[in-house]
Amino acid sequence: MSSATAHDENPYLAHHFESIEQQEESCTLGMWLFLAQEVMFFGGLFMAYAVYRFMYPEAWFEGSASLSVPIGGANTVFLLLSSFTMAMGVYFCQVGNSKGLFRALTATLILGIIFVGVKWVYEYTPKFAEGLFPGAGWGPHGHHYGHLADFADQGALQIFFVLYFIMTGMHAFHMLIGFAILLVLMWMTKQNKFGPQRYMPILFFGLYWHFVDIVWVFIFPMFYLVT
Amino acid sequence: MSQHHIVQPKTYFTILVLLMVLMGATIGASYIHLGTTYNLLLALFIACCKMSLILMFFMHVKYGSKLTAVFATGGFFWLIIFFTLLFCDYFTRYWNSPVAPSPYGG
Repeated sequence: MSSATAHDENPYLAHHFESIEQQEESCTLGMWLFLAQEVMFFGGLFMAYAVYRFMYPEAWFEGSASLSVPIGGANTVFLLLSSFTMAMGVYFCQVGNSKGLFRALTATLILGIIFVGVKWVYEYTPKFAEGLFPGAGWGPHGHHYGHLADFADQGALQIFFVLYFIMTGMHAFHMLIGFAILLVLMWMTKQNKFGPQRYMPILFFGLYWHFVDIVWVFIFPMFYLVT
Repeated sequence: MSQHHIVQPKTYFTILVLLMVLMGATIGASYIHLGTTYNLLLALFIACCKMSLILMFFMHVKYGSKLTAVFATGGFFWLIIFFTLLFCDYFTRYWNSPVAPSPYGG
């Protein structure tokens, strides 16, 4: 049987697939189905954003103006760089450069942590400190956000910040999940589990990471650059 | 033969540079005042360009099979359906009344 040879060639070829190409294609399609589900997840949030932005454009201008474009822009740069390092990780794995793969995964992790760190320290914390938490605790005051208290439609402004915190928060949560998986992949790389014959896990985590990057690519102009 | 293709670092780096340029364009476009609708469309267009680059090259859709491309674009096609039907609703809600009522009753 020809499939016996194929199974002998690659130890990672599972018994229910005829060839490594078929296995890789099937796994890829499965991963893309997962990403399609993620599109549905974030899509719902973007739709809520679209409806409320359509209804309350002034609140969107006001809220967006209070967000820092340099910080959001810098974070975008970090995330794009982390996508590059992740893609390089796939390359290193495919050519059998285990050291390069480990360094690429480390760089991706560090850049991602910088992103979340900047977000927490320079964006979320000042907002919480100055009363920007929507709901019962809402009460803008202070140096950066006090001027928001003068805006007429406080309800609509709160909706802007609800969407801001939920969408950027879910995005950051996806990055935290990514960090956990990255640590596992880094540990497995150290165990020499990956190489030219087994690079799909790296590729698929890359798909996840790039997807999270794409979500941010849309979040950034939608929240920070509303004019 | 879908995933065996090894994309060269040079390609990845070129895409990174393009993404950075488009990021600058995103911020620059926010300073050009074309009116809210056109600024929004421009921002979305640039974001879609960035998304296409990431999808095609970093996520290897360009180097994969057509079936992979169908799965990859399926999610976004669904989003278009969602967006279209949603705004068929919202854009036509106030055709017969003068102003959008506030959800806070005021």
